[in-house]
Amino acid sequence: MQEYTPTPCGDPMRERKLCNFTGLTAVTRTPENPMGNLSRRAMLGATGGLIAGGLLKTQADAITLDETTATSIGALPTGAPQPSAPQEAPQDPTKVIGRFTSDLGERAPGEQPRRIINRPSPSSSSRTPLQDLRGIITPADLHFERHHAGIPAIDPERYELLIHGMVDRPMTFSLSDLKRYPATSRLCFVECSGNGGAAYRTNAAREVTPQQIDGLTSTSEWTGVPLSTLLREVGAHEDATWLLAEGGDAALMARSVPMEKAWDDAMIGYGQNGEAIRPEQGYPARLVLPGWEGNAQVKWIRRIEISDQPFMTRDETSKYTDPLADGTARQFSLVMDAKSTITFPSYPNVLPETGWWEIRGLAWSGRGKITRVDVSTDGGDTWEPAELQEPVLSKCHTRFRHLWNWDGGEALLMSRAVDETGYVQPALKTLIDARGEGTSYHYNSIRPWKVESDGRVFFGQAEAQ
Amino acid sequence: MRAFSLLRVALVTTIATLGCQSGGAPSGGAPSGGGSGDAPATFGFGQDATPAQIAALDIDVRPDGTGAPPGSGSVEEGGRVFAAKCAVCHGATGKEGPNDVLVGRDPREGFPFGATRGFRRTVGNYWPYATTLFDYINRTMPMTAPGSLTADEVYATAAYILYLNEIIPEDAVMNAQTLPAVMMPARDRFVPDNRTGGPEIR
Repeated sequence: MQEYTPTPCGDPMRERKLCNFTGLTAVTRTPENPMGNLSRRAMLGATGGLIAGGLLKTQADAITLDETTATSIGALPTGAPQPSAPQEAPQDPTKVIGRFTSDLGERAPGEQPRRIINRPSPSSSSRTPLQDLRGIITPADLHFERHHAGIPAIDPERYELLIHGMVDRPMTFSLSDLKRYPATSRLCFVECSGNGGAAYRTNAAREVTPQQIDGLTSTSEWTGVPLSTLLREVGAHEDATWLLAEGGDAALMARSVPMEKAWDDAMIGYGQNGEAIRPEQGYPARLVLPGWEGNAQVKWIRRIEISDQPFMTRDETSKYTDPLADGTARQFSLVMDAKSTITFPSYPNVLPETGWWEIRGLAWSGRGKITRVDVSTDGGDTWEPAELQEPVLSKCHTRFRHLWNWDGGEALLMSRAVDETGYVQPALKTLIDARGEGTSYHYNSIRPWKVESDGRVFFGQAEAQ
Repeated sequence: MRAFSLLRVALVTTIATLGCQSGGAPSGGAPSGGGSGDAPATFGFGQDATPAQIAALDIDVRPDGTGAPPGSGSVEEGGRVFAAKCAVCHGATGKEGPNDVLVGRDPREGFPFGATRGFRRTVGNYWPYATTLFDYINRTMPMTAPGSLTADEVYATAAYILYLNEIIPEDAVMNAQTLPAVMMPARDRFVPDNRTGGPEIR
């Protein structure tokens, strides 16, 4: 087994980024140890740098257990500090009693992924740290944000969803009404259709992370009531073709949605990853439209109006439309096409040595399941199919991995998603040829990553021409 | 054995009674035991919405004018509202920002926004429907006091922005009849999504 600690390269910024990266690379896979088992020594090594000057004094040091405490869960000697706060790692955790149970968990001190905030403004976004995710689920507090007039504070007791228009019985539903209906859950991604704009240029910046480029996509398990259930409840007319979904935020965000989608797999969601939807994701309830652009999945939903025409709100005319090179603009381009991105290795990673590395990434399609992800290490000259991690779910982030034996030469890494309709994620030039360089939204071209011979990794769009 | 059977009967009876008390399924079809069964067409959860409840929330204005409220506003009145409440974010003439640029007709010919990055999209060169101005301003503008404008002020502000974009004359008045009748320069540029999945890249 080979182990390493990050090599300082003289750049304190890079060194700090490398430190964040030790969890992934404390152990290198080798032919002798293909599983790359993380040894006890490696784990201690990763935290050993935090401990200086011998024994640490922690809160736990001050605890002395007596008979009463040992037999009474949760009880402590009077005056003893409750060792529930995160502690610095002792030299030998087996010789110090650990902290007790707590009413709310916390991340390990050294694992503190963060969203990147675009700008402090009522209309802004924050991005999911894709490079820090391991499976397909996005922790709810790292789900990307996009809102247009801030995050509203909504009293769940006063919340109501109104459904009216082309219905037999206009109705309002309280949150408890919504929760009483038969519930459904599904895993699916939500992606802002503006995601990836930084990659839609041949001279794209090199020093950008997966989070900066594509962090406006996240996957959650959403729980709620199928919208079709509510449409039956109000008696939505059969000849209705569109609905307006309107949010209860200060933007009164409003989007028209075809009834076909509403009857198919739309949901009024109130649960996210096992808990109530987070305020920034639409608490107490939002529209979930699996596979469709995030903006249409109206958060804080307060009103649905059933109609036989689209409403032509600002966010489906002035915004969220795709001007094309032929002098038109595509409207209601709601489905997110297949896309993938490599999340490791990526900027600002540095591969410290040659040998086996696992290329890892995420792929997704708004049209169904990912059926294949191809990986190239030579700029697209040759491709090999990556392993897809089960479960592979429709309209959901799918984890792919590909084992790569790096020989130390320059490499241009790419991934190419294929979905069940046969759609193949295009190269940037193909997409520009189809839509024009001035288009907006739906930037799903292949993401290249350049590995330099010294192991540094950069976003490689410029080299991929 | 006999005792067990009696117990079962008692349990079933109890469950059936509880099922009736909770209302059960209004459309029938559920088994008399009140346990599992086919889902009813409707459940009866939720409340009927009153006309007043609907009217309080139903603010959208569609391209054909549906939903446009009574009231009216002139270009001149809109200029005053704009200077007082809009210019701080959109600039004195709607061109200066820092937030969205609202005014501008360049290029006068064509619709090159897909082909090149060179042109800012404005109300005048990109928005397909004038009614969207009313709908949007009324929803959420001004940003610091969303929903604070009267219908007259919203009509007037829409009129002023359309005038600055050289779409309506200086003496125009916008109301529920005139606003939907405004033909926007980019009206015919918008097309439905033609992406369908499959091998073709569109």
